[in-house]
Amino acid sequence: MLSEEERQEIEREILRSGVKRGASLEALRIVQKYRGWVSDEIHDTAEILGMTSAELDAVATFYSLIFRRPVGKHVILICDTVSCWVTGYEKILERLTRRLGIGMNETSADGQFTLLPVACLGVCDRAPAMMIDEELYTDLTPEKVDEILGHYQ
Amino acid sequence: MERPLTGHTRTYGEPLSLRDYEKLGGYQAVHKVLKGMTPLNVIERVKSSGLRGRGGAGFPTGIKWSFMPAGEDAPRPRYLICNADEMEPGTFKDRLLLEGNPHQLIEGMIVSAYALQVDVAYIFLRWEYRLAAKRLERAIAEAYENHYLGKHILGSEYGLELHLHVSAGRYICGEETALLNALEGRRAIPRAKPPHPQVCGLWGRPTIINNTETLCNIPHIINHGVEWYKGLSHTDQGGTKIYGVSGKVKRPGAWELPMGTPMRELLEEHAGGMKDGVAFRGVLPGGASTDFLLEEHLDVRMDYESVQKRGSRMGTGQMIILDDKTCPVGMVLNLERFFARESCGWCTPCREGLPWIAKILHAIELGEGQPEDLEILEQQAGLLGPGNTFCALAPGAVEPLQSALKFYREDFERHIKEKKCPWR
Repeated sequence: MLSEEERQEIEREILRSGVKRGASLEALRIVQKYRGWVSDEIHDTAEILGMTSAELDAVATFYSLIFRRPVGKHVILICDTVSCWVTGYEKILERLTRRLGIGMNETSADGQFTLLPVACLGVCDRAPAMMIDEELYTDLTPEKVDEILGHYQ
Repeated sequence: MERPLTGHTRTYGEPLSLRDYEKLGGYQAVHKVLKGMTPLNVIERVKSSGLRGRGGAGFPTGIKWSFMPAGEDAPRPRYLICNADEMEPGTFKDRLLLEGNPHQLIEGMIVSAYALQVDVAYIFLRWEYRLAAKRLERAIAEAYENHYLGKHILGSEYGLELHLHVSAGRYICGEETALLNALEGRRAIPRAKPPHPQVCGLWGRPTIINNTETLCNIPHIINHGVEWYKGLSHTDQGGTKIYGVSGKVKRPGAWELPMGTPMRELLEEHAGGMKDGVAFRGVLPGGASTDFLLEEHLDVRMDYESVQKRGSRMGTGQMIILDDKTCPVGMVLNLERFFARESCGWCTPCREGLPWIAKILHAIELGEGQPEDLEILEQQAGLLGPGNTFCALAPGAVEPLQSALKFYREDFERHIKEKKCPWR
């Protein structure tokens, strides 16, 4: 069941879009904002958008930033693309996995962090790079990773 | 040297407010076209400027525009979309334009939209560009407040609505027909062409999709004219280009320079050359979907035709450098894994072929490769080439692979023979 807030926000997006299904990604993002992720129970959301659950599911499963499983309190998006790889991505990944005790696509046992790969973040002049939630971190070194994680732990 | 697109912005500085932008001549092109140019005049000027699409394919912008059906009977509404889904590996030029001067893009979109008699425009932005999103939202609001957007722009008969669409990942969304599906709230797989978006695009209506950098060129072409624009370039392909260099160089970065600036100048002067202790081995001239070039090609001018003559493409104009301390097999593996992951899965050759390529490359990198693997890779590169897949993702993906197999053959063979990666 959608909450009243979720429903109202989705209705607003539909108005803005002008076409119901045009708001499907925003609708999923609203659900994710309130719940942290988007479960398989998307019937209500699909209905407001004038879509079948299967159609909305096809959208939800497509985007890498719509989460279909619970994620940690903070989501780390590490750029694993070529310029970051050339300039030391593997060392950054190693430090992250060692500090957090998780591998790629996993969530730490305390529910604090989820580690996900992301396509080139477009800061190749300041590689290697990652994002934590909405914050961008560049020119990473293993030491800098320790320091950054310190702010979140 | 003139830098019309970036001359007024500082890299990573604060963006220009609407007032500051106006003081520097901003929005003059909107005044100019609304008061004294017909839509057709604008299209003709862009056509004769020779501006080519800066997203990577380099298609002439004015010609693309002229494919949009015009006249009273043409279907409405008409759409213009700015492709700001910058995700080509190694590419970071649109970010600078979006963060540094959002009003320049908005102005370029208004002028283009007027030329095309567009009713509704979108900026399709990747989610990860959070700062750009914030600055665009603010700039769009400022533009509405000052009557550059909305009904009756500057009191004229022309009106335009501009929306920001923030996406949620996936490289394929930058493919223009996948982008249309994404905007319509569908799964973002590419569409069959024809019909082309110019005729049948968003919601089945005429739609033009242009790259961010392309649209940022428009106000300057209108303000200063075709001769001036052509004169910015070192070659017959007009204008400036935002070039970039990344990898193990002394000063990685992006710079707006005359179109046709040689690769060597970009690498040695602007990027300061290779870092101490590493040597140059090769370059992907314009993002991940372009063929490697070597030291002997460095004097080539970076424009669409010159790079193509050397067997690669200028693409986005953002060079990724391979150095001698980096394993070429590992680098190609990284690229192919990216493309395999980002394949939308719609057509079989791409969905099945790219993971196969990545698996073979992984085996070679681990020292488990077989001599016949190189033939399989070559064969796959051919099978995934132009004409065999639904969109350009897989043909782009095999460009670095096929050129690496040619230029770094010995390195592949060494991995197989020595049963290990010599760089590890």
